[in-house]
This record gives sequence, structure tokens and C-alpha cells, in this order.
Amino acid sequence: MIRVQREDFDIGAELDKLTAGRSDIGGLAMFAGLVRDFVGKDKAAGAEVSAMTLEHYPGMTEKRLAEIEAEANKRWPLSASLIIHRYGKLTAGERIVLVACAAAHREDAFAACQFLMDWLKTSAPFWKQEDTATGPRWVEADAKDDALAARWKK
Amino acid sequence: MKLLYFAWLRQRIGSAEETVTPPPEVTTVGELLAWLATRGPGYAEALKDLSVVRVAVNQEFAQSGDPVKAGDEVALFPPVTGG
Repeated sequence: MIRVQREDFDIGAELDKLTAGRSDIGGLAMFAGLVRDFVGKDKAAGAEVSAMTLEHYPGMTEKRLAEIEAEANKRWPLSASLIIHRYGKLTAGERIVLVACAAAHREDAFAACQFLMDWLKTSAPFWKQEDTATGPRWVEADAKDDALAARWKK
Repeated sequence: MKLLYFAWLRQRIGSAEETVTPPPEVTTVGELLAWLATRGPGYAEALKDLSVVRVAVNQEFAQSGDPVKAGDEVALFPPVTGG
């Protein structure tokens, strides 16, 4: 299931809903992305970030997320999967994204979860603009994310 | 043809969306970008480095040689940074 929304989500409630009534799930892996309050490697070296605005391409976003989720379900035997991605203005510490994968065994759940995040980072049409002490700044794509996504190409 | 601009491309071009009729010789993504760059200083500035411009035609990622035609929805945006 995929959801693109402005509102916050409750991680516990979402995971409960995903696995409710199921007894075939042996492993549930999840990743949540939050708004970090600094730019760069560590807080001391980087600029402070008070908030971030996430823009997306309505229509293509839902399409891409559904395709990415379908691809994960093709590669791993998942019992259930969930992607929630927020947009709009989010302050430091707020939740941005939740990815959860349930499977009979943990290896599939872990791998699918990592795959979904890597693919989402490099192919879902979202853009982040950070509010820093020196003004707003568009986040630039990181070559490291491309390398992480490339490991799943086959 | 409907054009959509996102993130800093939207800011530099100064518009989120517009409908255009490119000349008939514009048949590919690459030709469309070259034609757009001639439409004003904002366009030229936004499109001066195509290594940081991504294109989707009808909501699918497209490359420079891919075809574009009347009625298409073409989106221009920087490399994505979600997650």
C-alpha cells in the first residue's frame, strides 16, 4: 500500500494495521526518515536546519511509488508492504517517510525494506528545500544514493 | 503540450505550469529543452546545465532522444531528493 500525504502518521498504529489478523508474518522490518536539524556530516561542521519543505509531482509520485512497491513484491516474497511519504513544510524532528515490509522470514523483510528506500530516494519525484540560518537551500542529489540504488540493478 | 516545472527549475523559470506549442521541428526531449532555453533569460538560466535537469514525459522518466508530441505532459525537474 502507498500513501502520499501532508499529515503526520503514527508508526505504531501503521505497523499494527499492516500485520493485523495475520499469523503468517515472521519478520517485520521498517525504516522511518526524519527531518535532521543540520546539513552535512555532523552538527558541528554543518549549518543548522530549522525546517524543510517537500515538494512533489502529484500523479507521478503515486505512480512511481506503486511501481517501486510492485517491484519489491516481485523480488521478495512479502506478506505485506507499506510506503507513506509526506509533503509540505516539516519542522526538524518531524517524520518524513515510513517504509515497512513484512515477510515470513527476516532476510526478505530487511532486504525489501532497504531496496524500497534506495529506489525511492533516487526515483520518486520529491524535492527538499531546507530552511537554514543563511536562508532556504535546495537539497542536492547525493551520488552516494545513486550508488546505493545501483546495487539492486539486475 | 503541457509543461510542468518543479523545485528550483520552477523558481528560475518563474512558473509552475504552462501550455506551449513548440515549432514542428521539435520532436524529441532534447530538442524541446533546446527550444525552451531560447524563450527568455529565466529559461536559459534554468536550462544552462542539463546534467542537473531530469525530464518526465507523461509521468515516465525520459531521455534526451525520447519523442515528444502535442498533447504530452512534460515535466522538468532537478534530480530527486525525497526519502
